Amino acid sequence: MTDTVIRIEGLDFRWPGAARSCLDIPSFQVERGEHLFLHGESGSGKTTLLNLLAGVLTPQSGQLELLGQNLKAMASARRDHYRVDHVGFIFQQFNLIPYLSALDNVLLPCRFSSRRRLRAEEQAGSQRDAAQSLLSHLDLNEGLWSRSATQLSVGQQQRVAAARALIGRPEIIIADEPTSALDAERQTAFLDLLRRECAAANATLLFVSHDKRLASGFSRQAAMAEINRIHGEGAA
Amino acid sequence: MKPLLTLALKSAWNRRYTLGLTMIAVALSVTLLLGIERLRHDAHEGFAQSVSGTDLVVGPRSSPIQLLLYAVFHLGEATNNMEWSSVQAIARNPAVAWVIPLSLGDSHKGFPVLATNEDYFKYFHYGDHHPLEVAQGKPFHDLYDAVLGAEVASRLHYKLGDTIVLSHGMSGTHLTDHADKPFHVVGILARTGTPVDRTVHISLAAMEAIHIDWQGGAPIPGFAIPPQLASKFDLTPKTVTAMLVGLHSRIQVFALQREIASFDAEPLMAILPGVALDQLWDLMGVAERVLLAVSGLVVAVSLAGLVAVVLAGLNERRRELAILRSVGAGPWHLVFLLTLEGAAVTIAGVVVGTVLLTVLAAILGPWAELRYGVVVHAALPGLEELKLLGLVVVVGTLASLLPGLRAYRMALADGLTPRV
Ligand SMILES: Nc1ncnc2c1ncn2[C@@H]1O[C@H](COP(=O)(O)OP(=O)(O)O)[C@@H](O)[C@H]1O
Ligand SMILES: [Mg+2]
Repeated sequence: MTDTVIRIEGLDFRWPGAARSCLDIPSFQVERGEHLFLHGESGSGKTTLLNLLAGVLTPQSGQLELLGQNLKAMASARRDHYRVDHVGFIFQQFNLIPYLSALDNVLLPCRFSSRRRLRAEEQAGSQRDAAQSLLSHLDLNEGLWSRSATQLSVGQQQRVAAARALIGRPEIIIADEPTSALDAERQTAFLDLLRRECAAANATLLFVSHDKRLASGFSRQAAMAEINRIHGEGAA
Repeated sequence: MKPLLTLALKSAWNRRYTLGLTMIAVALSVTLLLGIERLRHDAHEGFAQSVSGTDLVVGPRSSPIQLLLYAVFHLGEATNNMEWSSVQAIARNPAVAWVIPLSLGDSHKGFPVLATNEDYFKYFHYGDHHPLEVAQGKPFHDLYDAVLGAEVASRLHYKLGDTIVLSHGMSGTHLTDHADKPFHVVGILARTGTPVDRTVHISLAAMEAIHIDWQGGAPIPGFAIPPQLASKFDLTPKTVTAMLVGLHSRIQVFALQREIASFDAEPLMAILPGVALDQLWDLMGVAERVLLAVSGLVVAVSLAGLVAVVLAGLNERRRELAILRSVGAGPWHLVFLLTLEGAAVTIAGVVVGTVLLTVLAAILGPWAELRYGVVVHAALPGLEELKLLGLVVVVGTLASLLPGLRAYRMALADGLTPRV
């Protein structure tokens, strides 16, 4: 098995209706175990790239491999399944389903993926135990587990989202500016926790942000401007 | 699909007030639809039960439906009468097994008075060949005896031996009473669920007697004949309103019908009750269809409301759906989730609406029967009703595909990151 978890070759993506391509990436790889900080201006196509990696968008041309599997060759239902089996996502904000408790939010991937469920059980005995241990590791004490998203602070919500991304040990964690809604102090604290747990889970972390200051502590840095031949707001 | 079911439930519970109200709107519309359908069905059933074993209804020539209405349902007024001699002539026909002469025109507190003879109690059948049954007392025997239908007795709280006064004319507020010749209640019939229940029965002779000192619909001034004296007169009726005819063999029914149609002495008409009933249905069909269409429209409006509610909630749930996608849900899962919600609310509405109707029918049914003579059964839905309910569920589910497909489009456009 290859040690390259994400491999992109000659990828070209254009939004429907857009005059020109949004992404033109000749080559881009992420190796197993890396904590990669991907920097890019707002509008540089970071989120678009993550949607492509999630398999919810398909490129017009080029290769896109996750763990050696060509996403383009999969049927869309298979892609949906592959996504939850191998990737955990953390978004910018509003990560939680409001009518579920924090704990049930964390357990969501186990409901849709038997692989994640089995790995969680293997690791902690039961999926609940796995979820609870992750929540504790992310500094969320027991009193918060049964609360709904609306009763949690933004910082707490982001940590619950991190636990959900990590449960069942997916190989890849993708985070799309998860700290942008936090104040500076909490940003670093959250990043430390996230990197620590990714390391503990042997997960590869792909972290995108427009904020260069957050880059310290990552094992590698990259910039959209380097990997993408299209620059600026899809125009320039 | 299983994780989606629990999620759908929790999500719906989260919006229980909006969805609950929507469900109630669907339920009420279903109650209305089902209620009208049941009323229609029970009315048909009740009408069809009203007469049985009568081969021909004979009366002066008019419209078959009109003849049926006054002879069987005691509704409306006869414009003409037929001669007593005609009745006797038809009774003598060898094909005829029995005849029941009927004379209408008077009423008691809104209930029609029917003058007839003892053969009525012998030959009149309703429902599935049921004869009339005298629950208390006996058929009329003396001149001023009256036998009440079950409804008349229970509504007006009459018992055997009570005295009642008849009014001249069938309807209206200023009816003249036959106050000088009161009647005694000598019998009360068992309930039949037919117009018989709403009828006061007297003898043909009594009908003659109370009109002996009348002329042109009013008492002759200064000329009153006391009740005891009336019986000294010849009380054989000169005319009756209509007659029911039973034959020895049904085969002769068309021959006799033709014979009566070409009756020499006066213009008469003979109708087959079943055929006339069918004509009546055709006539009422338009009104029934309009009623059904209106209630169908009410259901459509409630389902449109449901779709609107689910659609309106969709924008707020954009993030929620994207999160589900990130944990492995495909666009079709979202279609399923949204459609399931609409379908579930529809089904809940249909169930609650049906239960509501059953409860209403159980509570209000007896009252409606008492007040309006309509029998509404608090029964489980019949086949026709189930078809109707199934149709509502199908339409509701199909309509709910709308928010489902919109969620599909949004899922493809949003990916994992809706721009809200
Ligand atoms: N859903 C969409 N439909 C069309 N164009 C889009 C959509 N989302 C993003 N874009 C365009 O793609 C470009 C990159 O956007 P995005 O990936 O969100 O950038 P970033 O995440 O780096 O801020 C922008 O020019 C934006 O207008
Ligand atoms: Mg972005």
